[in-house]
Amino acid sequence: MKNNGHKSMAPAAHLPRCPTGIQGLDEITGGGLPRGRPTLVCGGAGCGKTLFAAEFLVRGAMQFGETGVFMSFEETDGELKSNVASLRFDLAGLVRRKKIVLDHVHIERSEITETGEYDLEGLFVRLNHAIDAIGARRVVLDTLEALFAGLPNEAILRAELRRLFRWLKDKGVTAVITAERGREQLTRHGLEEYVSDCVILLDHRIHDQIATRHLRVVKYRGALHGTNEFPFLIGDEGLSVLPITSLGLNHKVSNERVSTGIPRLDAMLGGRGFFRGSSILLTGTPGTGKTSVAACLAQAAARRRERVLFFSFEESPDQIIRNMRSIGLRLEPLVQRGLLRFQAARPTLCGLEMHLATMFKEITTFQPTLVIVDPITSLLAAGTDYETKGMVTRLMDFLKGGQITSLFTSLTRGGQALEQSEIAMSSLMDSWLLLQDFEGNGERNRVLYVLKARGMAHSNQVREFLISDRGIDLVDAYIGPSGVLTGASRVAQSAREKAEALANQQEAARRKRELERKREALEQQIAGLRSEYESEEVELRRIDEQVGTRTRVLTAERTELSRLRQADGAAAVSARCRSKPRIKR
Amino acid sequence: MNTTKLSRATKAFEKTLATQPTGKCVLRLYVAGASDRSRQAVLRARQLCEAELDGNFVLEVIDVYQQPILARDGQIVATPTLVREFPRPVRRLIGNLSNTTGLFVGLDLDTKGKAAR
Repeated sequence: MKNNGHKSMAPAAHLPRCPTGIQGLDEITGGGLPRGRPTLVCGGAGCGKTLFAAEFLVRGAMQFGETGVFMSFEETDGELKSNVASLRFDLAGLVRRKKIVLDHVHIERSEITETGEYDLEGLFVRLNHAIDAIGARRVVLDTLEALFAGLPNEAILRAELRRLFRWLKDKGVTAVITAERGREQLTRHGLEEYVSDCVILLDHRIHDQIATRHLRVVKYRGALHGTNEFPFLIGDEGLSVLPITSLGLNHKVSNERVSTGIPRLDAMLGGRGFFRGSSILLTGTPGTGKTSVAACLAQAAARRRERVLFFSFEESPDQIIRNMRSIGLRLEPLVQRGLLRFQAARPTLCGLEMHLATMFKEITTFQPTLVIVDPITSLLAAGTDYETKGMVTRLMDFLKGGQITSLFTSLTRGGQALEQSEIAMSSLMDSWLLLQDFEGNGERNRVLYVLKARGMAHSNQVREFLISDRGIDLVDAYIGPSGVLTGASRVAQSAREKAEALANQQEAARRKRELERKREALEQQIAGLRSEYESEEVELRRIDEQVGTRTRVLTAERTELSRLRQADGAAAVSARCRSKPRIKR
Repeated sequence: MNTTKLSRATKAFEKTLATQPTGKCVLRLYVAGASDRSRQAVLRARQLCEAELDGNFVLEVIDVYQQPILARDGQIVATPTLVREFPRPVRRLIGNLSNTTGLFVGLDLDTKGKAAR
């Protein structure tokens, strides 16, 4: 709605516009109603014609400084004042300050007798007087068709109406003329024949017991306009038309990243979490922890002193706070500090449009940086798939326009393809987290995938998703030859691995000890051998000594003998003794 | 409640009903400027009052161009309009008063006129 993606659609220069101030209508019509011309607003009973007209005048007086005349053929001044007072329009005050003139035209058929030719100059004079009294630029005639009931001569009436519209144009006032919806034509008395500049059709339709109002610009002479049927609603601040298609895809994007409050999830998303202003879809079967993840994000954002708006369509705020306390998320202080606000409503409370408008209003007043819708699929109860998708698109565009991060949880029903989000929203979303139940070994375990995260490197791994009383944690799932293991089987597997490692360790130690022993034995052996060697050496020396001694003794004996024999070989003997090798030590 | 009081009230009501309304007939004729239609209406109204009401009337001619606020106060839509303010109920005769039947029916004149004669 802040976005004007359709600006090229409105040739602003061609036809001067008169802004209505009605939320959204000026966007559809490219600036407002045709200035200085009459506009016909038709619709069935109770579809908001009078309110449309009243808002046109009140906003004109309050926002655009244009005074107006309200000529009512049905409601008296007092009734009108009190009726619009419920929309916080201070009509009585505006009348007092001479911004608006009310004129109730009372026609009582039973009092009237026709006695000849007449015209509606009386009406013209009254209108003229009222316009001139305050210099009015805007006129409302609600509803002219009361004249058909009150005055008997239709031929005169038609001629006079034609004159009236001509006169209004000449007067240069922008007029809104309301008329009852006819059976086969736009209005019951064919007023569209006379008012041919701009025709707006209001409609109130009921689908599956839920009513939705629609607005359509049937005709806008001399200008391009949105021809679609736009849902609109009457809130406590007047009408708001919610254009689906007038929104363009041209919002600014942020490069800032925001943490999810779950460190491992941040790690999976390139280490820094989601982009600010991105839209996140969180799908999962019942009981997979969607709300818990949402609450985690909410807490993380609120702790960064950012405001968070939490739309809950299933649980009451107190229930969410209590449930989240059990997993260690303390939301209550954040609510008290005004950082977190819950908005809980049953989806069937009102139509989608009303929901959307309420959400828009809440978002505009609270100015959050994170909006959580839990779960978006509940809204299917309030409308058809197509309508819901349209609504989500509009909501998301609105949020993106304001760079508000949004998290939509979506419930996947059992027996449905898990990677198929309901109402085919996934293509609209920037990121998609899938929570899944993993069944095996008699237990269910939760796992989390990041299916999609536009514009960032993200992990393709499955993570086991643990919810404990200390919050949410993600752990690596065991991926082995037998597939992905989670929960108890993951724990069992890791225990098994641990035992194996221990056994290996023990085996190694044993072998080491054994080798040690062997080495010791060898060393002992070496020592033994050495001592043997040494003893043998000693023996050897002794032998040598013995041999030496014996030789000496022998030599001595021989010398003695030769001396005794007086032999001449004495010199030869001494020479032999000298050349004898000595035993080395 | 006693029945005597009630019967007295009923008698009073019947008496009032039987007697002709006293006081003058108050008529206001709203016209828009001095057009042919206005002139016709004024003439016809004067003529009628003189003939049928034996001077027992007040006829006020108002030009809505000159006094638009009176058009609003008198709840005038069509011109010319002849409003019979008194006797009650209020009657509004729209048109230039050329249609005599409508005029007589509108002002309850056929019965009253005969009675007056």
